[in-house]
This record gives sequence, C-alpha cells and structure tokens, in this order.
Amino acid sequence: RCLSGLSKNACQSEQHLGQYYTVPPSHFHTVFPHGLPPRYQQQVKSFNEGCVMVRQPALELISHLKRADYSKPTLRYLLYGVKGSGKTMSLCHAVHYCSKQGWLVLHIPDAHLWVKNCKELLPSSYHASRFDQPIQASNWLRNFRTTNEHFLSKIKLRQRYVWTKRESTEEGRPLGELVDMGVSRVKSSSDVVGAVLKELRLQAGGTEGGFRLAVAVDGVNGLWGRTTLKKEDKSPVAPEELTLVHNLRKMINNDWCGGAVIATLSQTGSLYAPSSAYLPQELLGEEGFDSMDPFIPVPVSLYSEKEFESCYLYYLDRHWLQHPHSQTEEGKKELIFLSNRNPSVLERLCAFL
Amino acid sequence: KFSEEFIKKQVEEFNIGKRHLANMMGEDPETFTQGDINRSIAYLFPSGLFDKKAKPLMKHPDEVFPKQRAVQWGADGRPFHFLFYTGKQSYYSLMHVSTGRWLLKEELEELLVETISEHDYARFIQLMERLLSLPYCSVEEDFVQRYRRQLEIQSSKQQVQPLQYDQHGVAYSTGDGRRKTATGTVLLRDSGSGSISINGTNYVHYFPVLQDREQLMFPLHFMEVLGRFDMQCSVSGGGHSSQAGALRLAISRAMLSFLSEGQVETMRQAGLLTPDPRIKERKKPGQEGARRKFTWKKR
Repeated sequence: RCLSGLSKNACQSEQHLGQYYTVPPSHFHTVFPHGLPPRYQQQVKSFNEGCVMVRQPALELISHLKRADYSKPTLRYLLYGVKGSGKTMSLCHAVHYCSKQGWLVLHIPDAHLWVKNCKELLPSSYHASRFDQPIQASNWLRNFRTTNEHFLSKIKLRQRYVWTKRESTEEGRPLGELVDMGVSRVKSSSDVVGAVLKELRLQAGGTEGGFRLAVAVDGVNGLWGRTTLKKEDKSPVAPEELTLVHNLRKMINNDWCGGAVIATLSQTGSLYAPSSAYLPQELLGEEGFDSMDPFIPVPVSLYSEKEFESCYLYYLDRHWLQHPHSQTEEGKKELIFLSNRNPSVLERLCAFL
Repeated sequence: KFSEEFIKKQVEEFNIGKRHLANMMGEDPETFTQGDINRSIAYLFPSGLFDKKAKPLMKHPDEVFPKQRAVQWGADGRPFHFLFYTGKQSYYSLMHVSTGRWLLKEELEELLVETISEHDYARFIQLMERLLSLPYCSVEEDFVQRYRRQLEIQSSKQQVQPLQYDQHGVAYSTGDGRRKTATGTVLLRDSGSGSISINGTNYVHYFPVLQDREQLMFPLHFMEVLGRFDMQCSVSGGGHSSQAGALRLAISRAMLSFLSEGQVETMRQAGLLTPDPRIKERKKPGQEGARRKFTWKKR
C-alpha cells in the first residue's frame, strides 16, 4: 500500500487513486513545519513515517495547477466539505507537490489563529488605526524561513524599507535578511510580513529569475468573519484592523500573476458559525464571497468504498487495529456504519479500538 | 468442582488400574469384580488401622466422587433454567407445574348466563380446589376439566405489521419508539446502502457521541443486516441518550416485518423490543431530590 517509490508527485495520476504514498522524513520538517493537522502529526509519530492517501480533490487540484496559464491573473481554488472530510490533508498534498516542483510556498496553517486568542495587540507604527500581532507574525516568519530556505538568498528587494529611525533595509538586499530581521525584531514583525508579501507579489510573475508562488491558506473564512479580540476600551476589533489580515487579503486578491491561491474553509476553528455549515457561501459570508469570487470550488467528499478499503487495509498493515474482531468482515461493516466513511471519525474510532 | 473431563479421566484410570491389578494377581482382567479388587488391595497393602474408612481404597469414581449437577450456565454466563436464581430450581419448577387455570369470573358468568358476585365466585373456586384434593378425584375429571382453561404459553405476542411496497417496488416499513420523554419514528427501506438520516441531517453529525451511534447499530448488527437498509428517522424530545434509545426501539419494531418468527423471538429475548420503563423519579418534599436528603447537621 505504501509506495515509497512514488514520492515524486509528478507521477501521480488517476491510477493511483486510493493508494498511499510516503513522504520522506527529511521533507517533513522543511515542507510542513506548521501545516499538518495535529492528529495527523501524532499518527506520523506513532507510525514513524508519513503516508498520505491520493484522493480525487487533491489530484484535481494538481492537474489544474499543471495546466494553468501563469501569465494571467492568479486562479483561486477553494476546498470545501463536511467537517473531517480531509480538506487540510488535500491542501498539504498540493503544497508538497508545489514545493517539489520548486515553487515558493506561502503556507498559512490556520487563519483563525490570527483572529483569536491573541495575547498582545500592539498598535501599528505604520498605520495608525491598525493593530499588530507580534507573536503570531514572528512564529510564521520563522516557519516561512524553514520552508523556503533556498529562495531567501535569491530574491532581492526592490524597495527600501524603513523600520525605525535607525533601522532600514536597503534595496537589493536578499529577502533572507528581511526575514531574519522580522524574527529578531518582534515589534515590527507584522510589518515585515506585509513587506515580504508585497515583494513576493511583485516578483512572482517576473521574467528574470521568476518563480511561481503558491499561497496556501487554511481556514480562509476566518479572514472575513468577526474576531474575538478586543481593544483596550472593550470594543471589538474588525478583521480589517489587523495588519496581518489586511496584508493577507491583498495577497488573495487576484491582481498579481505567476502563481496560485489554494484555500480551505474550516468550520472547526471558525468563530460564530453554526457547526452544520460547510458551504462556501455560509462560511465566507457575503464580504468574503465577493472578494473570493471568482474561484474554482473543489468539493472534498467522504471516503468512497475504494478509499475506505484502502484506509482500512493501511491500518491493518500497520497493526493499528488490534482487536481480532476488527479484522473480520463484520468488524469492517461495523466500522463503516459507525463512522459513515468520515475520515476523521474513522481515525478517532480506530485510535482506541 | 470436579469437571466432566476430570471424572472421565478418573474412570479411564480406574479401568486401566483394574486391569493392571488383575495382571498382577494373575487373574483374568475381564472377569475381575469389585470384591476381587478389595481382596487384592487388602492383600497387597496390609494396613494395621482399625477404621474401615482409613484403609486403602480402590473404587469406581462414581462411588468415590459425590454426585453433582452439570454446569448450569452456558458460555456467556446466562443460566439455562429460568428458575436458576431461586437457588432450588428443580424444586420450584416442580411446585410450579400447572396444567392450566380456573375459569375467570367473567367467563363463568358467560357460561352460566347469570350474574355472580365475588363471594359466590370465591366459594366456587374453594369447592373446586377441595374436590381436586380428595382421593379418587380422577373419577370426576371430565366435570372438573370443563371449568379449567389452558394457560396461553405464547411468549411473543407481537403484532407484526405486513410489509408495504411503494412505487419502484421497494419494500419499506415504519416503526416508532419512546424512551423517557423522547419519541422517534423510523422509515426502514430495503435494498439500501446503510445510509441514515435523522431529522434531515446525517447521523454522524446528529449523534457525535459514539455510544449513541452504537445504540442505533445494535438491532441491525444483532440481525447481521448492517448494510441492507436505508433509514429516515425523525426524533424529538428528551436528551441525546434517550433519543438514541427511542430510535433503537423504533428500528427494531420496524425490522419485525422483515424478519421470520424465530428471529422475532431472539430479538424479544435480547430485549430489543421491550420499551424501557425507567422515567425520572418524582422529587419528594423534605428531600433535595428523589433520593438525596438534605445535609444532616448534628446540631
């Protein structure tokens, strides 16, 4: 089931639907320092290797990415589906493909993390009415650095940035320096993030030394909802007033070319959304829908029969299902019934079977 | 204490020992009686003890080991006899042997076409019992039998509704169940894929708790028809556990029309068809809850 020879994503096609392929452990820390769902990370640790199932939505995404024309404005793909149907995993699959192809990957693990549970909110120095989030920004910059090491020295800045009276970054310096500065100077890290995004946007479609830019955002509906953060006078903060959110929205607008934007909706971390909502219209809200429009929706469904078979055999193979009854036909039928072929429910079921 | 295999092994050993003893004494193994055995043992192992029971002994295991009953329960721990838990099952089953029952007061009135008061009826029953207790009552047995009826031994008096067929010829049936203020109705459709929708939503989203989904699974899994039916359920009232219980009853009742008599009986014995009578107990005055008393203060 685990075809480690197929770690080259380029070879994947419909024949491999439902089969697992291994991600080499060296890639894990570089490509996915912060992207994977926590339960999957635990699974990787238990099994000592990371196997991802090849599924229809991910293949569709990859085929679109292969065929897209990169001189036109960016195409936006939206993965949506019921809770636990594998949207984040499909996103990570696509991200892995992109990084294999040599693209620059901008992976934001969960946009909801930026609109809730923030301890420090600094008023921004650059713009009076906006707020900064130093911790989240510096964390993200650190992870960005691990993901895209080799790009940092190649890309040169096209503009001069002034941070404080004494510090400034000159034109022509490598991007890596900017990122390092953002990581070390926590106070201005949100502005650094904004600068990085702007630079990448300008240089993505460029003809000299051009690279492709993939923006992967998980939980994109967090950018347009409400936040749980409050200002000092207890009035709620709108998402536009956060620097990170503002800059990210500029990225998602398709006014640049030479890359792709892949996003997932997520109900689990979303604020003030009913738990039965999973369609783009419900979760994005009017504002979000208008800004994401036009996009290519990619529905992620529950496991089909074949995929369920494959997952079940994978668990058996890894001796994850210890109970003797689970290895019989009846046990399999029970599993199908109890989980209704929902990947996350199945995983939770099998965890203590 | 002594299992059947153990007793069997002892019997084999005794027989083999008997033949060895016969060989040793030079006698014929086939015609070696118990008396011969006793004499040979007394000869081979002379004992100076006086107590007969203390002397060496070789007897058939049936005489040595006390007679005991075979194991009264099956592999799952469920006892075979229905009176097992009284302690003296054979005695009480003997006591309970009843050939029938006396006529009820209404039935007697019907037979005699006259009104009978309670005292009259009680006197009639008294006289019939006295008649039976006298010797030679078998002479008047015909007369007595006219006033006795057989007990109905039917244990499953379920009304099984017939299957209904909708357009496309798919068989379906409905069932409803109640448990502790929750009511549920189920529409079971045959030749489905095992999909269940409750109040319009998927059951995985309606019952996030595993225990509730297992309750739903129980009747189907018991009859091993897991992937056969499609279900449309509607449920209201109560909490999530009682809703799951109500749906379980409804599913088992709806399944009755698809199953045979023997399967209906097994379902009834599994307790799938009995409505759960437990409800919330009333709160009494002077106590904080139904059972909980107020904190007792010594002074």
